[in-house]
Amino acid sequence: MSARRGLVVILVVPLASCNLVQSPLNPVSPQARELLWLFVVFVAVLGAIWLAVMATLALSLRPRRPAGADPLAVDPAYERRAVALVTGLAIVTGLVVLVLTGLSYAGQRRLFGEEQAGITIRVLGHQWWWEVRYEDAAPDRVFTTANEIHVPVGVPVAISLDSTDVIHSFWVPSLMGKQDLIPGRSNAIRFTAERPGVYRGQCAEFCGMQHARMSLLVIADEPAAFARWRDGQVAPRREPASEEARAGEAAFVAAPCALCHQVRGTAAAGRNGPELTHLASRRTLAAGSLPLTRGSLAAWIVDPHGIKPGVNMPLIPLEPDRLNTISAYLAGLE
Amino acid sequence: MNAPVTETRPSGADEQRNAYDLSRLPTYGFGAKSPMWWGTLGFFAIEGMGFALALGTYLYLLQLNPSWPLAPAPPDHWAGTLNTVLLLASLWPNRVADRNARRQDLGRVRRDLIVMSLVGLASVTLRLYEFTGLGVSWDQNAYGSITWVLLALHLTHLVTDVGDTLVLAALMFTRHATGKRFSDVGDNAFYWYFVVLSWLPIYLAVYWLPRW
Amino acid sequence: MSDAAPLPRDLPRDLRDTDLDGPALSERLARIWGTGRGVIARLSSVDHKVIGRRYIATAFLFLFLGGLTAIVMRLQLARPENGLVGPDTYNQLFTMHGSTMMFLFGVPIGEAMAVYLVPLMVGTRNIAFPRLNAFSYWVYLSGGLFLWISFLLNIGPDVGWFAYVPLSGPEYSPGKRADVWAQMITFTELSGLAVAVEIIVTVLKQRAPGMTLDRIPLFVWALFVNSFIIVFALPAVMLASTFLILDRLIGTQLFNPAEGGDALLFQHLFWFFGHPEVYIIFLPGTAFVSAIIPTFARREIFGYLALVLSLIATGFLSFGLWVHHMFTTGLPQLGAAFFTASSMLIAIPNGLQIFCWIATLWDGRPVWRTPLLFVCGFFFVFVAGGLSGIMLASVPIDTQVHDTYFVVAHFHYVLIGGNVFPLLGAIYYWFPKFTGRLMSERLGRWNFWLVFVGFNVAFFPMHISGLMGMPRRVYTYGPEMGWGDLQMLSTAGALVLFSGFLVFFWNVAASLRRGDIAGPNPWGAGTLEWAAASPPAPQNFDRIPLVTHREPLWAERAGLPVATGLSAAYRELVVTSVAEAEPQLREASPEPSIWPLVAALAVGATFIGSIFTPHAVLWGLPPIAAALTGWFWPKGTPEDEA
Ligand code: HEA
Ligand code: HEA
Ligand code: HEC
Ligand code: CUA
Ligand SMILES: [Cu+2]
Repeated sequence: MSARRGLVVILVVPLASCNLVQSPLNPVSPQARELLWLFVVFVAVLGAIWLAVMATLALSLRPRRPAGADPLAVDPAYERRAVALVTGLAIVTGLVVLVLTGLSYAGQRRLFGEEQAGITIRVLGHQWWWEVRYEDAAPDRVFTTANEIHVPVGVPVAISLDSTDVIHSFWVPSLMGKQDLIPGRSNAIRFTAERPGVYRGQCAEFCGMQHARMSLLVIADEPAAFARWRDGQVAPRREPASEEARAGEAAFVAAPCALCHQVRGTAAAGRNGPELTHLASRRTLAAGSLPLTRGSLAAWIVDPHGIKPGVNMPLIPLEPDRLNTISAYLAGLE
Repeated sequence: MNAPVTETRPSGADEQRNAYDLSRLPTYGFGAKSPMWWGTLGFFAIEGMGFALALGTYLYLLQLNPSWPLAPAPPDHWAGTLNTVLLLASLWPNRVADRNARRQDLGRVRRDLIVMSLVGLASVTLRLYEFTGLGVSWDQNAYGSITWVLLALHLTHLVTDVGDTLVLAALMFTRHATGKRFSDVGDNAFYWYFVVLSWLPIYLAVYWLPRW
Repeated sequence: MSDAAPLPRDLPRDLRDTDLDGPALSERLARIWGTGRGVIARLSSVDHKVIGRRYIATAFLFLFLGGLTAIVMRLQLARPENGLVGPDTYNQLFTMHGSTMMFLFGVPIGEAMAVYLVPLMVGTRNIAFPRLNAFSYWVYLSGGLFLWISFLLNIGPDVGWFAYVPLSGPEYSPGKRADVWAQMITFTELSGLAVAVEIIVTVLKQRAPGMTLDRIPLFVWALFVNSFIIVFALPAVMLASTFLILDRLIGTQLFNPAEGGDALLFQHLFWFFGHPEVYIIFLPGTAFVSAIIPTFARREIFGYLALVLSLIATGFLSFGLWVHHMFTTGLPQLGAAFFTASSMLIAIPNGLQIFCWIATLWDGRPVWRTPLLFVCGFFFVFVAGGLSGIMLASVPIDTQVHDTYFVVAHFHYVLIGGNVFPLLGAIYYWFPKFTGRLMSERLGRWNFWLVFVGFNVAFFPMHISGLMGMPRRVYTYGPEMGWGDLQMLSTAGALVLFSGFLVFFWNVAASLRRGDIAGPNPWGAGTLEWAAASPPAPQNFDRIPLVTHREPLWAERAGLPVATGLSAAYRELVVTSVAEAEPQLREASPEPSIWPLVAALAVGATFIGSIFTPHAVLWGLPPIAAALTGWFWPKGTPEDEA
């Protein structure tokens, strides 16, 4: 174990000074740690081979035959030795790849096993955002959110992956390797977060215009905090607190917004866009395009295509005061 | 810097030793002697690969879908079966044509080419009937699509060979009917074997797998 | 030479090369085999050297265009939240970059060099099926221009070089962009296939008498094996792109899961081609290396048989690895592990090649000219890329680095290391043969070091960007991700690399006019192409050489023995047996013809038209049939009737 750690340290520490908000080099689950370890072993073995080959190449470039020698004149002794050596190296190559294949397969067995999950989350890919559904035995405890996944620390999580349109890929490198979301097929991924924190992830399969802005956050909470969060999400939207917000709700429900967005507890029940019931509890807007503030909400509604060109939300012209009240309302949906 | 690396060796004609006399060689040949035969073989490999992958696609879709065919009934097979019988039977006149071409027997080759042209045209006609009996259109579902694709892919080969046979037949009735044209007839016969043989697995897949 | 008039009809038809000698013979043959001077005559040329030169120049043009798209991408990515180009343009840029590099540069460049060099190296006068060869070139050119003109008209494809469905399908890519991609693929692959068949037949049937299988130069072996890979791999991508266009244009459901189709079917078909494709790009690289090393190590190659066998083994294995591009699609675990094993297995033939080359150098006396520098660059870069490939081959590791810049780094290391470095070396090596002039060594060194340093500065940091979580195909990224510095470094490297290419271009342009006159064999090399004049006469050799050794010019110091008796009145070449290269036939070789160009235009118009209406296929048939009839119609000359 400590030799393991040593190898990891030597190879990774020079990089660890960098910013690793979304990196396999910053593992926080047993799965990601195992993957990093495997990678480091490969780098060490193959890096050594590269150095050896380069050293041999450098040595081979010394002139060994006399100037003007007949290029067809070869020394049988040299040929014999070279044949033996090259054959030996080919065999060594075979052995090395055999060992590497074995290591890889063993890792695969451990990482992709079907262990029992403590919690199952359903993720649906859309161009260009993530729909997240928390399943539950009790139908009234099932709820939907978007772009932000909360998981309890220490509990094995299973995420089932489906797509509604094109192929996407779910990748939160600190927790686990990636897995594609393919229309017509179902995939799943498993991991156990070890430490509370916010881990960034991003769609890793090119999915069209805004593939670059299809990120997500996984937030690992202590189990108690997770339970609180979950209870909060199950509940319908929080009643608008101010006059402005009440006006905003009315305007939101009346505007085309309600055709695409759902806010539980109101008449807005559209399913084409992200669920907004607890929008303000999220950290970012539009799959990581903006930090979530009242100002950015207004900016988004005024010009979604300026912020995320090609996005599947139309620009809906709103008078300034309606825009204001709607932003205020949405900013209050915690 | 740009000077030659070492002494250059002369390739001058004056020093050349004449060591081999080619002048007595024939100027065309049949079968594996002829580059065209190898070229045809190369195109068989390409087209055969295309057929194999298209058949692979058929099997892939078949095992992927819980039920097959994705149509109320398997395709009508009378036209396909008749066509298969016709194609198999045509192997005989095809072989005769090949043999007569090698013998450079112009009279017989003319007759054989007419027979082969008629066979080809009949087969194309039957193929058109085959499409009407499939009971599924190409845009209905993946089953319909791949079935049409397989038949159409083979149809293009049929049409190509018939076109080639017709042109050769025409040539054989003109003053061009000499020497090298006979080896062209041989290559055309070679191609027909491929057209017939590649049909058999397609026939089985399209008409009999859905009945299985 | 090329100012010869078209074939003079009044020559005595039974004149043989034994009836003439010296300059009289050369001149006579050059008139017969030459390309005429007018525009039509040039467009009708079927000389493999004329077409090969065009092919090479066109492939370089596409390398250049692909390089320009890369530079724009690099400028966009240099800083976070950069606004140089928007997502729509960026997506077109990397699609154009990948498609151009893979389909319009990578595959054609190997074939182009083969079209020029293989007939010379096997000692014949023209490639097999010269008219098909001309046709292939025109098809390639028009397919490439079609793609680039579409891009300039803002209907360039934007779905990546592998155009996965459903993104490229009818529902998510309305408009013509994905159609342009699909038709361009089908169209240009047609030409790749035709050339592959020509090379196979040239190697099998037109080798000079005496060139038995174990005397075939390794260069020719590599391109021969490569042609087989092409023959078996390209149909898969043609099928995939045809299925795609059918789904898009006439509503078939092959890739639609709602109607019994499947999205992964496309990936299987694509990568069944796509993996062999990368070896189609790499094998010509090995061909160049195998030709350059013996000449500049002043020693015959070590391990000829092992090298031939590793080529063949690579060819076979390359068809068993495609799933390693699909490790994250959720295929069954055991199946995926099988592809880990097969992918790693390929290290054995690849390693064997590397070891044999090093063993040759070891026992040699290196001559430090630019081609050898590029070969050393090849070792440095390619081996690193091959080893990162071994990392990707592991299923678990790949789930982390797949579709990140780590993969981008891997494939540029192998593509540029395995193909572009040897290619540049090869241009320095054969430029004197192509043009009669040597390239400048001084510029050559600048060229090499700029490319070598620029390349590594551009692409090494991408490994780290990838490990820091940067996905590929993103048009921008946030400053908080911490990728900015590395990306800036990559851009700087790419600019140095670009300047290296400019030096190359400058060297080519200047040496064409002012380079030192080369003579037939400036490097003192051993293979047959160096027995021809530089540049070679239209007939390549006045008399067909008789081959007695693998390195004929090294073995036959007194001059090559020859075979005589071919016609000096019309185009004739000798056909030999497959294994022993025993002479079997004297066969007439086709005269120039404009019909291949006409046929290519007809086929091209049909393909392009079919994007707009399926009926174009029907309208296109009569002109195509007419062009083909013109092409094959007998000319009534004695050799044609013979
Ligand atoms: C010239 C092109 C070329 C070549 C030669 C290779 C060679 C290899 N490639 Fe690469 N590859 C690409 C071009 C190429 N690749 C491209 C273009 C892609 C991306 C496509 C895309 O997604 O756009 C890709 C992607 C790619 C992937 C998918 C990655 C992903 O998308 O997640 C994988 C996975 O296995 C892979 C593996 C390999 C392997 C195992 C080799 C092996 O053949 C390497 C073998 C060579 C060596 C190993 C070095 C020499 C050997 C020795 C010195 C002996 C000692 C060695 C050992 C003991 C190991 N490649
Ligand atoms: C052989 C193949 C090849 C080559 C040579 C290159 C060369 C380069 N590539 Fe490319 N690359 C690919 C194949 C190749 N690439 C592929 C397949 C992809 C994936 C695409 C996809 O995702 O769909 C890719 C993707 C890719 C990306 C990732 C884009 C993304 O995912 O968002 C980047 C980013 O930096 C990049 C950069 C470069 C650079 C800087 C070069 C430089 O090396 C370019 C240097 C060359 C030049 C600057 C021009 C050369 C100039 C001349 C030759 C002048 C002489 C000419 C005349 C005679 C006219 N490439
Ligand atoms: C045609 C459907 C449609 C309409 C109408 C629509 N939206 Fe959206 N909306 C979307 C989609 C799709 C997204 C996801 C965009 C993305 O991130 O790619 C979205 C995203 C959002 C988000 C960010 C959600 C998140 O989870 O980050 C907010 C807030 C929002 N919309 C508010 C509104 C408001 C307010 C209106 C009315 C003025 C409105 N939408 C009208 C489709 C729509
Ligand atoms: Cu979703 Cu990329
Ligand atoms: Cu591959």
